Formats: sequence, structure tokens, C-alpha cells
Amino acid sequence: MSSVSTEPPARKNKLSLRVRLRRDRSLLLMTVPAVALLLVFNYVPLFGLLTAFQDYNPLVGVWNSEWVGFDQFVTLFGDSLFWGSLTNTLYLSFVQLILFFPIPIALALLLNSVLSERLRNFIQSIAYLPHFFSWVLAITIFQQMFGGAGLLNQFLRSNDMSTWDIMTNPDTFVLLITSQAIWKEAGWSIIVFLAALAAINTDLYESSAVDGAGRWRRLWHITLPGMSGVIMLMLVLRLGNALTVGFEQFLIQREAVGHEAADVLDTFAFYYGIATNNYSYGAAAGLFKSVISLLLIWGANKLAHAFGEDGLYRK
Amino acid sequence: MTETLTIERTKEKRDVTGRKPVRHRKRAKRPVWEEPPTAAGQTAKGLTLGVVVAVVLVPLWIIVVTSLSTQAAVNRAGGLVIWPTDVTFEAYRVMLGDSTVRNALLVSLGITAVGTAVSMVVSILCAYGLSRSGSVAHRFILVLLILTMFVSGGLIPTFLVVTELGGYGQWWALILPGAVSVFNILVLRAFYSDTSTDLIEAARIDGAGDWRILWSIVLPTSRAVTAVIALFYGVGYWNSFFNVMLYMPTDSEKWPLQYVLLTYVNRGNGLPGSVNSGFGSQFSQTAPLSLQMAVVVLTIVPLLLVYPFMQKHFRTGVLTGAVKG
Repeated sequence: MSSVSTEPPARKNKLSLRVRLRRDRSLLLMTVPAVALLLVFNYVPLFGLLTAFQDYNPLVGVWNSEWVGFDQFVTLFGDSLFWGSLTNTLYLSFVQLILFFPIPIALALLLNSVLSERLRNFIQSIAYLPHFFSWVLAITIFQQMFGGAGLLNQFLRSNDMSTWDIMTNPDTFVLLITSQAIWKEAGWSIIVFLAALAAINTDLYESSAVDGAGRWRRLWHITLPGMSGVIMLMLVLRLGNALTVGFEQFLIQREAVGHEAADVLDTFAFYYGIATNNYSYGAAAGLFKSVISLLLIWGANKLAHAFGEDGLYRK
Repeated sequence: MTETLTIERTKEKRDVTGRKPVRHRKRAKRPVWEEPPTAAGQTAKGLTLGVVVAVVLVPLWIIVVTSLSTQAAVNRAGGLVIWPTDVTFEAYRVMLGDSTVRNALLVSLGITAVGTAVSMVVSILCAYGLSRSGSVAHRFILVLLILTMFVSGGLIPTFLVVTELGGYGQWWALILPGAVSVFNILVLRAFYSDTSTDLIEAARIDGAGDWRILWSIVLPTSRAVTAVIALFYGVGYWNSFFNVMLYMPTDSEKWPLQYVLLTYVNRGNGLPGSVNSGFGSQFSQTAPLSLQMAVVVLTIVPLLLVYPFMQKHFRTGVLTGAVKG
């Protein structure tokens, strides 16, 4: 509160750097905490990636550990566990793309057609809710519904039918993961599509209806073209993030279904790096994922440009 | 790359006090040119939306009802109870009497409160610091921020940095490494950039500096976005459990509620430390289902308490323009 400045309002760039620095010193000062935190916890770890080329020893630190060149990567590419994780990741990504991706679009269309604003808001609030649940909570809820002692099996048992435990079955784990993801995030994903729908000029609907276009024709010729930008963008984002399928979800359920089904690239670095004190190995796996992901994001961005979109942006 | 994200301000116009103009609820009406819906279409739509609501609400209902049931009711149902018969708060009494759960609740509330406060102060300052066009170095800092969204050291290098700074077993290790969300800063910044320049320039002529402008003009006019961003941060802290696993896995005194939920309900293990409490036997062995469900409810309640207030702010359109349409 103390530094009340009396500078003139005009902020022209013609002023000398010293004057501008003096003028904007409060603004610069305000960014310091955030920049400092990002430097320490985001930029310094980038240098920590050097450990991927070392045999890191926690006792002597990064500076004194032995340099081993690409040895960690050679081991990594010969590791069947690593290939297993990579295959699982790609497979899960593909299944989620097919099963998850269309749902929010369909829901948004459906919700948009609800006339009552009050009802629409109510459904939206309910649908968004699971997004704010932790994965521990979401999985616990799934376990209570579908687990060995859950509601479903409780019902099957009381009707003398054979029980069916999807929570511990590695063969159906892909579907379990996908349905959990849909339950937790599909509602929240509606938001962007609803925004796209709200941006469509309603006059278009009216004039085409007057010209005799039916409900489906309007959907095909007005609604979908109006949404295509966002749909394409979301699709491209999903492709760019193909190697990211989630972390905590797998961490929590790995014990129940076993590592063959539940290991993905993100958890690989944890289980075969940190948990076994094999830091350099985990860092190598992490670096591999980061590099490929960057390439995918770059490629997806190119794709977006090719389709005439502005490019992308994603947390 | 920097300007690909445009976040539109809310469509509703707000005056300087941040109040929304009074709107009268209009009766929903079908436009005259639209053909009347078919019965089959209406039914299918109703059913689908009903299912969407039910898959969220029904499990929550069952969990709450079970947490309020007696052991006899649970036995009778053979597990989860769908309809309340004899309601009792016994499970909650036992749960809150347990020192590990009580402790975890305090830890979770503490981390959430302190973490959200830290994150909000840092983010608001940074967002405003970058929101005045033409200020020194703001583009450079912006690029510095946005780059972190695309390149990161990843799990292990971050872990090594935190441990080398002495963060293992420390509270700050649960807060500081993830305290800054660049995405949230960008959302705040987009709103601050849109604050009426006339108002700001008038204040500047009156001798107000940037701190004063932020506090007296910018913050009061962007209450809705501040609330929503605080909710995002708060939920993040409340839900976090992996960093506990990473930085203080053995220290059950410092476990938050999510970790108790994982250990005790999800994994069905007893809780360390509960053995010595008066209710130890119940928590250290496979516990009554009602007690487990009470723990689940406990992790949801804080969210449900703030959610209705935030709900109206979602609608003011923070996310409406999060992706350029």
C-alpha cells in the first residue's frame, strides 16, 4: 500500500528504460513471488533432467554423480516393463478418444435443447460436480458401487447370481478407467461445447426454419459447423496429450489390478524411479515422455493450423 | 503462442460495484418457428438427462444413507443401505472421536486454507502485474510463465529439487511446488486487463499507485472470477494426496483426509495411531461400513458447502471463453 506513485497516466514505450523501470516498479515487484516459485519448482527441475544422463546418487547430489551418457536410455529401451507402460498408455488414449470424446458433445447438444433455464442450470451443476472430486473419492465411489463388496455384487448375491468384480479384473481395466474418466470429467467437458453453441447466431436457425429446414438439417448445416472449430481444437488437444492418460487414477488402482494392466508412462517414473531409488532411470523415462509429448503438441498444433484453426493452448 | 487464449468477459454487463444488473426470469418459450417436439424425442431426452443426473446423485445418496445407518440395517441390507430405516449419527460420533481422522481433518483444512491463501496472493499480484499493457518486461515474463505449461522437468527432477531444498517431511513441500497455476494467472489477467481503463486512469490522476488500484478498483470489480479461481485452488489442495505420498508417506500425523480415505476406505487397512485411541479397535480392523461411508461423506461435505455459492459464478462465464470458439 505504501508505494503510491504520482506518475502520469500515459504509459508510452518511448520513455527510456530507466524511467519505465521506475514507473513500473510496483508491477514488476508484484510478479516476483510467482516468477520466483516457477523458477525454483519449474525451471530448476529442467536442469534436473540432466540426471537422466547420470547414475544419480542421492548421497553426492547432481553435481558429483557419475555421468553415463545414454546408458539409462539403452536400458530403458530394452525394458519390457517400459514397453508395456507405453503400450498401455497408447491403448488407453485410443479407447478414451473413441468412447469419451463424443459424449460431452452429445450432452452439450442435448442440454442446449432444454428450454427451461432453471432445469438446464440444475443439470449442469450436477454434471459438473464429480470434476471437483478427488480421484481417491471417485474410485472409492466406484468401488462401493461395483467392487467385490459393492452394491452391484450385493444385488447379484442376494439374487443367487454369480458375482462380478470389475474393480480387480485386469482384462476389463481399460473400460473401468474409461468409465471412471467419463463419470468424473465428461460433465465438466460440456462447458466449452456449450459456449460454442451459445455463440451460434440464433437468426440462422430462424431463417433456415422459415426456409423449410427441419430439425436434423439445422443440426447438420448450422449447429455442427458452428461447433466444428471447438471440436477440432479439442480433438487436436487430445492427440497432443496422447501420452498423458492420468496419474493418480492408476496409482490408486494398481494394487487391485496388477502392474501389467495399470502401468502407464506417468506412473512408470514413480514406480521404477522414485520407489526403487533409481532416480536416473525414472528421469530418463520422464524425459522420453516429455520429448515425445512436445513433438505431439507441436504436430497437433501444425494440424490445427492446417485446418485453419488459430492454434492451441492447454494447461 | 501467447495470445492464442482469449477469455471473454462475461456477457452480462456489470457496473463498477461488481453487481449484476437485475434480470427478470423469463418464462422458457419455444420459438414460433421451431416445430413441436415429438413424444419419443422428449422421452429419450428426458431419460438421458435423467441418467446423467442419477449417476452422480444416486451413489452419493446411497453413501450418505449408509453412513447414517445402524449396523443392524447394514447387516439386513447385506451391505450398502439404499433407503434409510433407523437413522443414527453413531458413525459420525465414532469418526470424529478418532484422533487420526480428527487430525487429518485439521491437516486438510489447514493445507487448504494456507495453500489457497498463498496461491491467491501470488496469482492475483502476478496477474495484475502483467495486466497493464506496455509495462516493462511484461511480455518476457508472460512467455516465461507460459513456457512452463509446455515444458516441465517432470516428476523426478521436481522431487529431487524439493528434497535437496530440505522439503522431505515439511509442510511447505505440500504447498509451494504447486502453488502457482499459470492457467489461473492467465484467467485472472484476462479479466484484469479488461477492467475499465477510464476508472484506472482517473484513480491514477488522483494519485493512486498500482497497489492501491489493484486493491480498490480491480479486485472489487472482479469478485466473481476471484471466487472461482479460489475454488479451483482450494479444491486442488483439498484433493491432493500424491504429494503426501511423495514427501511424507510414513508420517501419519501429517496425513490429510484424502490419504485417510485411501488407506482406510479404499484399501480397507486399519489406521496407524488409531490403535491407542478409545475407538481404536473399530478403526484398526475392518471397520463397520457406516463408519467408512462417514469418512467418504466427510471428504465431500466441505465441497458441497461452498459449491452452491460458486455455482452462480461459473455461470458468469469464467470458462465460457476459455477456449477460443
